[in-house]
Amino acid sequence: MSYLDKSALKVVGTRPVRPDGVEKVIGRANFGADMVMPGMLWGKVLRSPHAHARIRSINTARAAALPGVRAVITADDFPPIASEEAFVGEGPMNFRDLSYNCIARGKVLYDGHAVAAVAATSPAIAEEALDLIAVDYEVLPHVIDVEDAMKADAPVLHDDLFTQGVDPKPTKPSNIAKRIGFNKGDIATGWKEAEVTIERRYTTQPVHQGYIEPHACVVAVGADGQCTIWSSSQGQFMVRAYCAKLLGVDIANIRAMPAEIGGGFGGKTLIYLEPLAMALSRKSGRPVKIVMNREEVFRGTGPAAGSVIEVKLGAKKDGRLVAAELLLKYQAGAFPGSPVGPGCMCAFAMYDIPHVSIVGYDVVSNRPKVAAYRAPGAPNSSFGVESCMDELARQMNIDPLHLREINAAKDGTKAAHGPTWSNIGYLETVQAAQANAHLSHKLGSNQGRGVASGFWFNIGGESSAACHINEDGTATVVEGCPDIGGSRASMAMMAAEVLGIPYERVRPIVADTASVGFSFLTGGSRVTFATGMAVTQAAEKVVVELKKRAAMIWDISPDAVDWKDGKAYPAGPNAGSFEPLSLQEIALKAGRTGGPISAEVTINAQGAGAGWATHICDVEVDSETGRVKILRYTAIQDVGRAIHPSYVEGQIQGGVTQGIGWALNEEYIYDKDGRLENPGFLDYRVPVASDLPMIDAVMLEIPNPRHPFGAKGVGEVPIVPPMAAVANAIFDATGIRMRDLPMSPPKLRAALDAEAPPPRLAAE
Amino acid sequence: MPRVSYTAPATVDDAVKALAGAAGLAKVLSGGTDLLVQLKSGRLKPDLIVDTKRIPGMIGIREEGDYFVIGAATPGVLISAHQPLEHAYPGIVEGVDLIGSQQIQGRCTIAGNLCNASPAADSVPPVIAARARAVVAGPGGRREVPVEEIVTGPGRTSLQKGEFVVEFKIPLPKPRQSDAYLRFIPRTEMDIAVVGCAVNVTLDESGACTDARVVLGAVAPTQVIVAGAAEALRGHKLDEDTLQRLDSAAQAACHPITDKRGTIEYRTKVAGVLARRAAAIAFDRAATRGATIAGAV
Ligand SMILES: Cc1cc2nc3c(=O)[nH]c(=O)nc-3n(C[C@H](O)[C@H](O)[C@H](O)COP(=O)(O)OP(=O)(O)OC[C@H]3O[C@@H](n4cnc5c(N)ncnc54)[C@H](O)[C@@H]3O)c2cc1C
Repeated sequence: MSYLDKSALKVVGTRPVRPDGVEKVIGRANFGADMVMPGMLWGKVLRSPHAHARIRSINTARAAALPGVRAVITADDFPPIASEEAFVGEGPMNFRDLSYNCIARGKVLYDGHAVAAVAATSPAIAEEALDLIAVDYEVLPHVIDVEDAMKADAPVLHDDLFTQGVDPKPTKPSNIAKRIGFNKGDIATGWKEAEVTIERRYTTQPVHQGYIEPHACVVAVGADGQCTIWSSSQGQFMVRAYCAKLLGVDIANIRAMPAEIGGGFGGKTLIYLEPLAMALSRKSGRPVKIVMNREEVFRGTGPAAGSVIEVKLGAKKDGRLVAAELLLKYQAGAFPGSPVGPGCMCAFAMYDIPHVSIVGYDVVSNRPKVAAYRAPGAPNSSFGVESCMDELARQMNIDPLHLREINAAKDGTKAAHGPTWSNIGYLETVQAAQANAHLSHKLGSNQGRGVASGFWFNIGGESSAACHINEDGTATVVEGCPDIGGSRASMAMMAAEVLGIPYERVRPIVADTASVGFSFLTGGSRVTFATGMAVTQAAEKVVVELKKRAAMIWDISPDAVDWKDGKAYPAGPNAGSFEPLSLQEIALKAGRTGGPISAEVTINAQGAGAGWATHICDVEVDSETGRVKILRYTAIQDVGRAIHPSYVEGQIQGGVTQGIGWALNEEYIYDKDGRLENPGFLDYRVPVASDLPMIDAVMLEIPNPRHPFGAKGVGEVPIVPPMAAVANAIFDATGIRMRDLPMSPPKLRAALDAEAPPPRLAAE
Repeated sequence: MPRVSYTAPATVDDAVKALAGAAGLAKVLSGGTDLLVQLKSGRLKPDLIVDTKRIPGMIGIREEGDYFVIGAATPGVLISAHQPLEHAYPGIVEGVDLIGSQQIQGRCTIAGNLCNASPAADSVPPVIAARARAVVAGPGGRREVPVEEIVTGPGRTSLQKGEFVVEFKIPLPKPRQSDAYLRFIPRTEMDIAVVGCAVNVTLDESGACTDARVVLGAVAPTQVIVAGAAEALRGHKLDEDTLQRLDSAAQAACHPITDKRGTIEYRTKVAGVLARRAAAIAFDRAATRGATIAGAV
């Protein structure tokens, strides 16, 4: 069935209250740290104070002897794991690296790397026990910066890491894990054809996902080896798979329960604490709870990659792009696996360019292993490309939106990384920007306006859902994807629409790994698309069954029954003349018409629609302090169909907010020994509410025909354009081009002073 | 297991006795918005905590002779709500009001802000600029010291064992005297001053400055009274030249460090900027106050 005709929809597209709302508002919802169990122990993690060091020995005897301590673990408590690529989380992950990231083996690779863990009868005793663990380190030279890490004489993190993708295969290990490339057309021809060229270099800093809820879990391993995990993550099935592998347990022996999640943004698509708590529980025979504090979150969990972006663009005099070259160097953190691949693929996706050459490097250094963060990889390369597009537009004296309009990818355009686009709404976002009232608003002095665009793939994948009709005619929707952004509401809405009953009569839950079929994690903007498809199909199967039951009651053929507005009707006069039967009436009689009515669906959803966005940003620059104020922000996005418009707007506003933080203030500050100096929200500056205007989210509904309601993923692309939009606006306000993020007050003031000393100081 | 004792004496003498007699580290507790954070992070491991909030007079603001007297444990919300003080010293109230959020305001005190001895403390520059004095109780009785003599360096004060601040005495303002406090932070709130600047000025009837004190925060190990500021301002109205001299004087008074919150160069420049901006506000307020009594903002 298709529900693409918006005018026929009764529930989808409205804005009901979310099913998880009340408990969250009154503070009762159970997040990762809220679970307690009788006899539970408290776990704490000992972390490396060094950026890079060999572990000569770890002596845990004194800690183990402390009264109240029930278990102490190190890497020795985990089985050694062979190198094996896994596709459990978002993006590739090597099981061995994940094990090594959870607890250091042989060497510590970054400040904050877990080295040992204890479980004790109170948090204070556990804390005290950490002080009694003696680790003998041989401190090694370290490297933080990505380009330093690429140098021939850089300290090497892994002596078995040989650069992939280069010919001939290197004979010496290095920190460059991988070189990748994408080509379209012939770049040399492109440069020959180009009449105008521009070449620029940009850099971005790693940024943390900044979820408010720190990682937390409780793990109970029974005497029979059966294990239950309660934790906050973006995927209970992901938690289960990783824990099974890291501890050498059968998947069937683990049951993972999803807690409410206080933000993840990609950062909870891998695990840190669960394997430690599991090993501690196994050793102590008691449930073990571990909760990170904020400092541990910053020192030990994944940021997004920092990067170097070198862009070269070539155009005809009329502004048509003919050549584009990109060199990306992405930080992976301590283990390979930066999102340089998506960075390469997203950079030019918005444009129809005949000749493209892209090269990317994945580089390890002594920082926490990067984790996915909203559209992983795309914001970095797009900051470079979208800034460079602005520089080109200004150099050629072409309106920046017009430059995008004439180069926009359309249906049928072949992207540099392979696919040929269909049903894409990029050009529409540009045109909607051109028509937006924002553009006619006059700017004052020290104010400027910038625009930028962005792309993100969005994915589908494996999802399961069940729809159960209850005896009273209500429905329960069971699905397997943790709800980070209001997805439960959307699931209930799609089911209600199909069933033809009010939204309030559908109760959605996110079930544990034993109570619903396998579902890939919440990531890649996939849940409303893929799980929504599974929920819709489950509800449709239920409708088929409901019609069958009505047919049985009426004693006519099921084909002669219509389902409308939650009721069965005879399909036309030939079917017979019966009073309509409501879902409630059919449910009541289910026992007598064949038993319970429910359906389960498992799918591997294909046909996700890509996300496209164009943003407009106005800033005011205080030229004396270098502080940038965001005056106005409009984010235009192709959202497919907004199932619950408020949560789509919420995703857009949230992504923009995080992008503005990335643009203006967020950065990791390391001292000369490679220790993180700002592991807290005081000095790691995410935007606060008063920093921002209301972000105007403009939703363009260009339905995805591959989804029953036309949904496309919406959660990631909004973080792609903001960095360039802000930088372009700053240029417009000041004439200063900021090419290094963050564009923090000290850096902007220094740039302003370097460009033109303010007259006030010159007069001295 | 680490243990910490807690006591909440009912008199100043008992508090002094508890502090002086403690074996190990004894800490005074006012609002606890610094102390508890430090306890929780493990940065501070005191043996005894002496809560002063039960002592009569420690919370509250009164006018006594030529002074406002602010009890050392008076929380931010009470200070902001005190209209005569707000009218007399809007800059002090601005400094206090900037501390933390509404929740923090219910607890935080000037005494804690001062004795925590952070160079970035927001309420301290305007209090020093107002020439306030701290009343200190200790084993040797009471003494009164200018507030600027309390802090000796980051995390360090001149208070001796057994001593604590009981109250602050702030002289009632003269006609056409007013003040202002500005801080620079990269965000709009919930942040720590990169630079703070308080300006307290007195004008004559023509609007020319007769007295001034400019105090900077976060640009040196302690708050800094800008030596050249009074000279730059006295006898002048707020014209371009005067502002420029003030800017230079403020920059010259800075001895900042480069750290995660700003570079030496940046902090120094912003100190000049804030001095000019705060002076403009303070002059304006002082002039308005001369004309209309109600014009405190
Ligand atoms: C979320 C948050 C935001 C904050 N924002 C700001 C801000 O914007 N600006 C800012 O300046 N500060 C800020 N602070 C820090 C803190 O709130 C202030 O320094 C506050 O004024 C401390 O006052 P208090 O009464 O809570 O001090 P306490 O924590 O009680 O004490 C602080 C220190 O002073 C000592 N002390 C307290 N009273 C006395 C006394 N009477 N005599 C001698 N010693 C004493 C204590 O022993 C301790 O060492 C913030 C803190 C938090 C938690």
